[in-house]
Amino acid sequence: MSEPSKPQGRKFQLPEHLKEYKGIWVIVEQERGSVHSVSWELVGEARKLADKLGVEVGAVVLGADSPELNAICGDAFTYGADVVYKVTDPVLADYRTDPYTRVMTDVVNTYKPEIVLLGATTLGRDLAGAIATTLATGLTADCTELDIYMDNRSLAATRPTFGGTLLCTIQTLAYRPQMATVRPRVMSMPDRDDSRTGRVVEVFPNLRETDVITKVLSFIADREQTEAQLAFADIIVAAGKGLGKPENLKLVFDLAKVLGGEVGVTRPLVQAGWTGFDRQVGQTGKTVRPKLYIAAGISGAIQHRVGMEKSDLILAINTDPNAPIFDFAHLGLVGDALTILPALTDAFGKRLSVNRLAG
Amino acid sequence: MHIVVCIKQVPDSAQIRIHPVTNTIMRQGVPAIINPFDLFSLEEALRIKDKVGARVTVLTMGPPMAETSLRKALSLGADDAVLLTDRKFAGSDTLATSYALTSAIKKLSEEEQVDLVFCGKQTVDGDTAQVGPGIATRLGFQQLTYITKIESIDQGAREIVVHRRSEGGVQVLKTALPCMITMLEGTNTIRFGKMDDMFRAARYGLKTWNKDTTGAEETKVGLKGSPTVVSKVFVPKPRAQKATMVEAETPTAEAQAAAAVDAIFGAQPKLADELLARAAAGL
Repeated sequence: MSEPSKPQGRKFQLPEHLKEYKGIWVIVEQERGSVHSVSWELVGEARKLADKLGVEVGAVVLGADSPELNAICGDAFTYGADVVYKVTDPVLADYRTDPYTRVMTDVVNTYKPEIVLLGATTLGRDLAGAIATTLATGLTADCTELDIYMDNRSLAATRPTFGGTLLCTIQTLAYRPQMATVRPRVMSMPDRDDSRTGRVVEVFPNLRETDVITKVLSFIADREQTEAQLAFADIIVAAGKGLGKPENLKLVFDLAKVLGGEVGVTRPLVQAGWTGFDRQVGQTGKTVRPKLYIAAGISGAIQHRVGMEKSDLILAINTDPNAPIFDFAHLGLVGDALTILPALTDAFGKRLSVNRLAG
Repeated sequence: MHIVVCIKQVPDSAQIRIHPVTNTIMRQGVPAIINPFDLFSLEEALRIKDKVGARVTVLTMGPPMAETSLRKALSLGADDAVLLTDRKFAGSDTLATSYALTSAIKKLSEEEQVDLVFCGKQTVDGDTAQVGPGIATRLGFQQLTYITKIESIDQGAREIVVHRRSEGGVQVLKTALPCMITMLEGTNTIRFGKMDDMFRAARYGLKTWNKDTTGAEETKVGLKGSPTVVSKVFVPKPRAQKATMVEAETPTAEAQAAAAVDAIFGAQPKLADELLARAAAGL
């Protein structure tokens, strides 16, 4: 796809000395030996963009040297990286803005990638903002779509703005690298290819703990199941204002339980105090990509839509046949969620228990 | 202790509508508010003032009408307010915005050393979460984003202990002042202003600064100082196909539910297999 890339009245030429910047990098987000899945989603996306440009995909893995870190480097190849920049130092064991920024600035200045991608997570957004400033380059936040405009080989990063009512495509034409953060679960997870391998470039930044002002006193891991794991749920049953009152949320939890899924809600329900922010799906909440999304009593406002429209299958239940959600759901059911939800819980329950008896 | 809180006046995004024919934003009649995420940071700054004593200066960059938001912040208890406004700043992206705000914070520091800068987690119109980190980096301050709790501040030792939200848990961090903090939403309850603060806010002679006041370089602000370029703005494309309606022979909830289950299993046979396998395994 080639789109007009020169905004009216402004000319942007890449200065000669920046033309040597080549390749697409993904900064792999690992904390305590586990990788955030958005990093692999981005390696998959970087692979597609790199193939268009005819360049390499680089994965940058930072941390303290360990067998887990080596395994992560191997995984980067299987998801599509050509080269892994393995940056190890004991000081990098825990994420802290300062040492990570210093190291990444040096590595980018040394190896000169043309595009650097990070997940739009707490770590990715913290780090990206700092690096873009030290490198004095452009950064586009929270993207939902990436493309290359082939006429000038530049990155076109598309993101929602004004709470999701509009999308805008942003470019960094005269600066390098071009940087973007991308929301988790927006890009699909690439298939693993265990036969893939590549080069490892080892970087030893030689940091000193005494130079780092911020200290990690402790880490309190989230105990499992205390918070909804919406971003990774395969099935989500979601509720909107159409449910009428907070007590009716039980109907949604019942159906989610039968399906082994999670419960999501729209922003108005969180604002009204029906449930916590951790269950909010949408522009200011979580982006989800389940295999099945059941939207009960949700009208389909754009702020909600941008958080869930990439779901594999969306079933919408609404009394209003003209509700906007029917414009982008795959399956629609005109009816009252308060009676349909218990009936669905029953119907799924029967269907699944019949099989258990037969098995 | 001198605390600077950066705020932004934004259109209330919940009330923005798109013109159905021209596909442009309809801003008429949309109220301007303080970015909601900034209020959690302002509140935290005011709590520090209540607890250990501090001067709280609120700073915004924007058009002259942004003065309203500064007065609102003063009415909540901020001591001083600076409006950074200049046509030359128009079109600034996050890199240029953080530069301009930093130039104002440096000037404030000349009057009284700044120990803490608070920013909103992100804005509701731009949603970038980049200006806070940009300011911290430019000032050489420690950067603490997504803070859920300020555990302690030791003014003598110039140390601060905070809880920071990360993807898998909470980091407990100890760092030195000065630092830049963004608070996570819902971490505190925003106060109502006191009557005398409201009166003071209405009459207060707030500072209005421009590019020349802060000494910001012209090449680093506005469109000239912005590496990013908006090349296209558009309304999300509707999906080509509307939903296939689930129809049942009788309009009872049971019949509709059964038809919906059939439709789901028919459309997603793999998902149906997984569900059945899980049920069979007793999960």
